[in-house]
Amino acid sequence: MTDIDTELRVSKIQNGTVIDHVTGGEALHVLAIIGIDGSGGEAVSLGMNVPSDRMGKKDIVKVEGRELSQSEVDVLSLIAPDATINIIREYEVTEKHRVERPEAVTGVLECPNANCITNAGEPVETQFAVLNDGVRCEYCDTIIREDLTEHIES
Amino acid sequence: MRHDHIITAKQLSREDIEAVLDLAAEFDRDLSGQADRHPGKLLALAFFEPSTRTKMSFETAIKRLGGDVIDMGPVEYSSVTKGETLADTVRVIEGYADAIALRHPMEGSATMASQFIDVPLLNGGDGAGQHPTQTLLDLYTIRENAGLDDLTIGIMGDLKYGRTVHSLSHALTNFDTRQHFISPESLKLPRNVRYDLHEAGAQVREHESLEAVLPELDVLYVTRIQRERFPDENEYQKVAGQFNIDLETLEDAADDLSIMHPLPRVDEIDPAIDDLENATYFDQAHNGVPVRMALLDMLL
Repeated sequence: MTDIDTELRVSKIQNGTVIDHVTGGEALHVLAIIGIDGSGGEAVSLGMNVPSDRMGKKDIVKVEGRELSQSEVDVLSLIAPDATINIIREYEVTEKHRVERPEAVTGVLECPNANCITNAGEPVETQFAVLNDGVRCEYCDTIIREDLTEHIES
Repeated sequence: MRHDHIITAKQLSREDIEAVLDLAAEFDRDLSGQADRHPGKLLALAFFEPSTRTKMSFETAIKRLGGDVIDMGPVEYSSVTKGETLADTVRVIEGYADAIALRHPMEGSATMASQFIDVPLLNGGDGAGQHPTQTLLDLYTIRENAGLDDLTIGIMGDLKYGRTVHSLSHALTNFDTRQHFISPESLKLPRNVRYDLHEAGAQVREHESLEAVLPELDVLYVTRIQRERFPDENEYQKVAGQFNIDLETLEDAADDLSIMHPLPRVDEIDPAIDDLENATYFDQAHNGVPVRMALLDMLL
């Protein structure tokens, strides 16, 4: 089965974002990153662990009526480095790009260090430098390597 | 040295460190003869947690340079109690003083505060994070007693929460040093410090007792095991006393071993050691003045 066949198994969307080539099993984390838990009313289609020529197995996420921000794409890159982002307008792919690992992610993750100044109600956004195998708080130096999605700001 | 603020030891190159220490040595030869360097300059002391040495040596340093201090005073009498953010506090102080020395209980506080002001900020300790001005006076003391290259240093005690350890260990990677870390398992170096040391290519070994490594050491840097950090008193009791030193402990040490401690000590170093030439911790505390004079002179 080709990637195109796989994509067709999930219904087309009129306007929104298709996040393709997500690491198999990470689709629910992708939804967490973009803040979708069903309560906002967006129409979401998911394919999990579907066959892929390139990846063996992949996930695919289609979100109706929503285009991802750059900061969301930045965090997405940390858990789905091979993902491609397709922006759909009137059923057509109008933009298609691969995620790129950023040097830093800003305002997306919470620092797990309760004694970090970013958790003290100060007027600053969190900022994490991206390491080869995790991220690091630019304020208190705390390193997060595991379960990155648990630290997404709510 | 060209820095706007002194936030972390990681920002200091070997050249920066040597420039500060050289100037400190110059001042040290005539501490009272520097009053014409910065007359009228004001240093704000913004200390959000207790301090004796850091605060008083900053105050002495600016006064020795001809300047003066303004002091926020105890936190309980400040606008912090009304809910003012640190960001606002330092922006207000910026309008009063030419530089700010900040001590704050939260990690990253100095980094954040520096983003809101244009006057130089000197980090006087941020939680368990960094204490770079302490590190410079530690390095000054080490250089006086043992030199900074071809150096074997043991750092013992609370390596997890000890900000002086975090700063010092990184600064030492600028020099030809071998670092031995001695602590109970529960107080080993935190992940981020290990990461930095690894990235810097440091020669590092970790131990749970001083015994085996002591004869190799040129410097033994002792810190207090912080009882209050242990979630369980029984866990503290298992290690209490194992990381204290007395004259008997030092029998296998090199004759010229330099013993350091950032102070305050509780029972880590037996007072019987105080009279030995090896005990350098009170000199170390005194060195805070010329070193902070040098830093202020460079930043003002």
